[in-house]
Amino acid sequence: MEGSVQNPNQSTTAAELIADIKLRVAEVAPAEIKDGLPEGAVLIDVREDGEYATGHIPSAHHIPRSYLEMRIENIAPDRDTPLVLYCAGGVRSLYAAKTLVDDLGYTDVKSLNGGITLWKDGGHPVEIPKTLTPVQADRYSRHLLLSEVGLEGQQKLLDAKVLLLGAGGLGSPTALYLAAAGVGTLGIIDGDVVDRSNLQRQVIHTEDRIGTLKVESAAASINALNPDVEVVQYPYRIGPDNIMDILPNYDIVVDGLDNFPTRYLLNDASVRLKIPVVSASILGFEGQISVFSPYEGPCYRCLFPVPPPPELAPSCGANGVLGVLPGTMGLLQATEVMKLILGQGDTLVGRLLLYDALATSFTELKIGRDPECPICSRSPDAISDSEMGVFPDYDAFCDGSH
Amino acid sequence: MALVRIPPVLRPSVGGEREVEAAGNNIGEVLASLVANHPATKDQIFGPDGTLNRYVNVYLNDEDVRVLDGLETVVGAGDHLVILPAMAGGS
Ligand SMILES: [Zn+2]
Repeated sequence: MEGSVQNPNQSTTAAELIADIKLRVAEVAPAEIKDGLPEGAVLIDVREDGEYATGHIPSAHHIPRSYLEMRIENIAPDRDTPLVLYCAGGVRSLYAAKTLVDDLGYTDVKSLNGGITLWKDGGHPVEIPKTLTPVQADRYSRHLLLSEVGLEGQQKLLDAKVLLLGAGGLGSPTALYLAAAGVGTLGIIDGDVVDRSNLQRQVIHTEDRIGTLKVESAAASINALNPDVEVVQYPYRIGPDNIMDILPNYDIVVDGLDNFPTRYLLNDASVRLKIPVVSASILGFEGQISVFSPYEGPCYRCLFPVPPPPELAPSCGANGVLGVLPGTMGLLQATEVMKLILGQGDTLVGRLLLYDALATSFTELKIGRDPECPICSRSPDAISDSEMGVFPDYDAFCDGSH
Repeated sequence: MALVRIPPVLRPSVGGEREVEAAGNNIGEVLASLVANHPATKDQIFGPDGTLNRYVNVYLNDEDVRVLDGLETVVGAGDHLVILPAMAGGS
């Protein structure tokens, strides 16, 4: 008698299960999304790593189905985010969609009918992801283990171009760690040569390179650390005559500038070019850092429309600085740079962070856009060469040489 | 009494202190009492017309007083003020 009673669930065939899922999970045809997904919607490739490497739909995020529950929240923390999943033929993505709906409570999940196979048959574009060499996979293995970085993020880092203004106190640790992390292109602008008094804090330089150009010394350290990184050397000061030629080649600028005129010039140029600037400054035992993302948050002129007079501008002349302080602040800058490249976390846009090393305290201040800002209240096209880095009725600068 | 955080460039004017207490019911009064106790800070904080210098920002707790009520912004006991001048120096 026992053997004649069957649990109905055990008799469900795969075909019946799929049919059941299709009643609840909508499918979209390739043609419906060939021109892109609706605003806010996210496309996810749920195939395995090896399949993804052979080509994927452009703009797709990649989460293998076996990692879906663990990683989906990194891409779509909001359960109401419209999601479209795809696999090779459209079956695994249905199962994956069911999991997101039933187990994780996502409310708007669709599956791409026919998967990437039907997509390709329709003549729609496929992007072949760059892959890491075995040596790179080893080098960046601790990044690959982080779901916030992973293969996709590491590729973003390798493709990123970051410009460092200065290979000094702040630029030294920033450059070293960005290079170690695999940021593919590092531009360095610095006209100075290595001086013995730099070595107390400028850790990218060495005793035996005293007297050589800082950009050459920095490139030597970076190349010794990570041959993946291309270093572009600019052995001169940045100024009005070269800034608009150099900046457009980069995604992000790291500002470790030691003088106000150039800091304002950089601000005005970066707003015009819409390039984010990760800016820090240090003095004595204290530092401050923020991220100025044009038109998203305030610019430097929103914060300080004019620089202070020379007697209040400690950049005029040599000042004391605790040797480790630029390390702390430079690595906070490097961290913000990596978050900007990866598109992860909350950056310091709209916030100014103060660090007091003697008190071991951090103070966070809110900084907002100034609707009357002389620069970022206007459109980029309206900002002219002749007004960049210029202050009407203001001439009390030191020469800015240090 | 409010606690006022003094930035490095102003410390020589307040005897080297990193924080000083100052009395007052609003930002203007607190800064006036700071200036009364430490006259060397006056020209660094205020312009000739008595308004805040534009290269100095003042924050009540974490908010820029310019987006509050400026010098009229009410200050309570135990509030923190931060005086923040523009700063450069990366080498
Ligand atoms: Zn602005």
